[in-house]
Amino acid sequence: MSVLLQHPGYADERLRLVTERLPCREAQARTMLALMGEPEQYSYPSIFIYGHRATGKSYVTQTLLKELELPHVVVSCVECVSAGLLFEQVLMTFFGSSSSASLPRSPSFSDFVRLYRQLCTQLPANQTRYIVLDKAELLRDMDANFLPGFLRLQELVDDNVTVIFLSEIVWDKFRPNTGCFEPLLLHFPNYSKVELQEILAQDCHPSYSPELYSSYINILLGVFYSVCRDLRELRHLAALNFVKFCEPLENGEAKEKDTHKLWRNIEPHLKRAMQTVYLREVSSVQWEQQQQTEERETADMRVLSAHDHVELPFYSKFLLIAAYLASYNPARTDRRFFLKHHGKIKKTNFLKKHEKTSNHLLGPKPFPLDRLLAIFYSVVDSRVAPTASVFSQDKRLLFSGGASISLPVVLSEPVSTQCLGSPTPDPQRTLPYLSALQRAHQVKVNPCEM
Amino acid sequence: MHCDTPGRKGKISTCFDCNGSVDVLIHTASRTEAVIIMSKRKPKDSHLTVGECVSQVQRLLRGRFCHQQLPSEPAGVESQHKHLLELLKRTAIHGESNSVLIVGPRGAGKTMLLNCVLKELMEENEVKKNVLLVHLNGLLQTDDRIALKEITRQLHLENVVGDKVFGSFAENLAFLLEALKKGNRSSSRPVLFTLDEFDLFAHHKNQTLLYNLLDISQSAQAPIAVVGLTCRLDVLELLEKRVKSRFSHRQIHLLNPLGFQHYLSTARLQLSLPQDFPDCRFAEEWNASIKALCEDKSAEAVLRKHFNSSKDYRSLNKLLMLTLSRVTVSNPTVRSADLLEASRLCTADAKANILHGLSILELCLIIAMKHLNDIYDGEPFNFQMVHNEFKKFIQRKSHSVHNFEKPVVIKAFEHLQQLELIRPMDGSSAKTQKEYQLVKLMLDHTQIMEALQKYPQCPTDVKQWAMSAFG
Repeated sequence: MSVLLQHPGYADERLRLVTERLPCREAQARTMLALMGEPEQYSYPSIFIYGHRATGKSYVTQTLLKELELPHVVVSCVECVSAGLLFEQVLMTFFGSSSSASLPRSPSFSDFVRLYRQLCTQLPANQTRYIVLDKAELLRDMDANFLPGFLRLQELVDDNVTVIFLSEIVWDKFRPNTGCFEPLLLHFPNYSKVELQEILAQDCHPSYSPELYSSYINILLGVFYSVCRDLRELRHLAALNFVKFCEPLENGEAKEKDTHKLWRNIEPHLKRAMQTVYLREVSSVQWEQQQQTEERETADMRVLSAHDHVELPFYSKFLLIAAYLASYNPARTDRRFFLKHHGKIKKTNFLKKHEKTSNHLLGPKPFPLDRLLAIFYSVVDSRVAPTASVFSQDKRLLFSGGASISLPVVLSEPVSTQCLGSPTPDPQRTLPYLSALQRAHQVKVNPCEM
Repeated sequence: MHCDTPGRKGKISTCFDCNGSVDVLIHTASRTEAVIIMSKRKPKDSHLTVGECVSQVQRLLRGRFCHQQLPSEPAGVESQHKHLLELLKRTAIHGESNSVLIVGPRGAGKTMLLNCVLKELMEENEVKKNVLLVHLNGLLQTDDRIALKEITRQLHLENVVGDKVFGSFAENLAFLLEALKKGNRSSSRPVLFTLDEFDLFAHHKNQTLLYNLLDISQSAQAPIAVVGLTCRLDVLELLEKRVKSRFSHRQIHLLNPLGFQHYLSTARLQLSLPQDFPDCRFAEEWNASIKALCEDKSAEAVLRKHFNSSKDYRSLNKLLMLTLSRVTVSNPTVRSADLLEASRLCTADAKANILHGLSILELCLIIAMKHLNDIYDGEPFNFQMVHNEFKKFIQRKSHSVHNFEKPVVIKAFEHLQQLELIRPMDGSSAKTQKEYQLVKLMLDHTQIMEALQKYPQCPTDVKQWAMSAFG
């Protein structure tokens, strides 16, 4: 049983309402309430709340502020592509819609503070004003003076204002070089398995008993808990798969008591859901349709990552294969693999040396253009003239470079076109298209790879 | 659960049964405050209830801890106070130009000192009418143009400057000061410039503003005083040669050299109630409890721990604020347990907290990275290597429990990257595939092991895998 929140300065009725709406977060809500104090008292200038995704940071903060009817504004830093939007939102909520009109076109922090001070003298705060900055990690990417500025906003505007930062990332990664006003740190821990069960069991289906839903949640957590602790994700998965779970009940194959039977029915289904819906390989709508039609087996569904078959022209295909061979094989083996009369190589030395560090572990290596063409000529059986079309195909591949394309015919695993190699300039080739091609290469050349 | 709402007497009210406190109250409390309290109270009540008292305490102390309220007397910085006051007086009264830098670490009371001095200065009658104050902050005025606008505004010269366009920055500034000279008096009025975050002003282009301000303070024109506040000891190195040569090289250092006894007495002073608290009986009780708290061994240990990590007032305020937030109607005194709890909240390891929230799979990946770090001596690694290491673990333990598909593992890996527990080595992520991108683990060996010890329901095989030296 949850303990009711209490705090002088707020009506008991409202606090009861808040308690009901915040399951499993009483301790955090109590701490926050204690820090906020009574509405007209000063609160700490800045509070930094961190915790994993979906641990109720924004929810608890917003519920408290909304239900207790405190003046507050919630700003998501993702939306604020420019600082002006942020300032506008804050001023508009606190001082009415006409207040932001006097902001200049691209306002600086100085303008914001000046305007705030000005309006504040007309409308002084009789209650603490709260500015909630959601996804605060993005503040680091804005101007350098923003984060320190907001941290000491209370001092700068000389008003009873508290800034609450919400983030997934720890405070240590925020601290600026020359230091700043240190905020109060508050951690929201993850929901434990029991708490997750309690929260998820709340949204049970009206036509079934709560016990049944609770046992379903138990099975779901058994499959997913070791991979995912995100409440939102779990709730989504629970909603998606419940129909399938109830199928034996609908058909009359099992009763609500036969938990084992139900479990046997749903378990492989949930495992499949982890490989598909959880990874967003199939959309939720597709998944639901699948469960309804039922004839088709779930496995042969056209998942998103199965669309990796690309039709390529003949030369392009071979160029791609050549590129793959060039980037995953060391240059010193080229002689052995691709030259027709390569002479003798001592087998023992050759193989044993680099057996352990597989190239597929370290990733593709850059290669010069000449090597690519050499391998290409050696791989293609017929004679290929170095025509413009070959080079232009090469170029086309380059522009799609970096994308992983698999050639199911030849290779079993995805090929990386690490074609961002550094072509060595060759003065002997005077063909204009080649130099053009090289220019195209140069654009992408990474100086450290030269 | 003991419940007490304001207005109802709790069980503590038995200790405050003196009836003659009304006249004392009216005499001691400031008039306005007393009137407010009187109107709230029922006429029969002779003194404040516990609820009201606690509310008053909260209001008073929160003003101190959160709002950086000025103390009546700056403690421990008497010589600096005297020095600064004298300097500013010379500008304000005798019309002498000066420049000074106040240097000290964050939270050492630089702004407090300056504000105390300014308050004292402004109390003098001839100064108040004469002196103009201009406050600038490096965080707000990020370039000289904004700063100049702000100066114009604070000197109330907008109407004079109007639409007039000035050629150079110096011309504009000269005009401003010229305007000051031509003010309502025949002689010019002194201006006090306070530059908060002085080091940020030094990063402006060509340091034009600083150059001009210091130049005016050197050449005999309008009397100005430039007071800079900074936390950087090497701030003079940031100044250009011409700017530096115009600076008077007067520095006031605030290096809080106070010892632990002073720290303790500061904490006590910060927590105790003043003489003019409305309910004197409650104030006495409170102050006695604070005294007892400061003599308590465990409380002293907590404070010493904090003293050892930082000596500034602000971190102390933070600790006391957290302690104060635990004072409620049912618990109207500060106990050492409150202080202990507040300190625990203050010093919690954030990264360990984040690690405790990870799923088993993510934890397994972290352990695999730890092993890679141990084997390859801190070399960066990519996803493929981590996955390889993880696969080895699964094969060896031959448990199908942790047998996940590769895309699921990739998702876990990306989540770790989002949490910035691992960081990509080079910024260009578009060039290489995500599986082959080199990353580095941002965690310490001991951090991982400690987190693993406290991890709720950690599987034994995972724990043992982490313990084993060679993966």
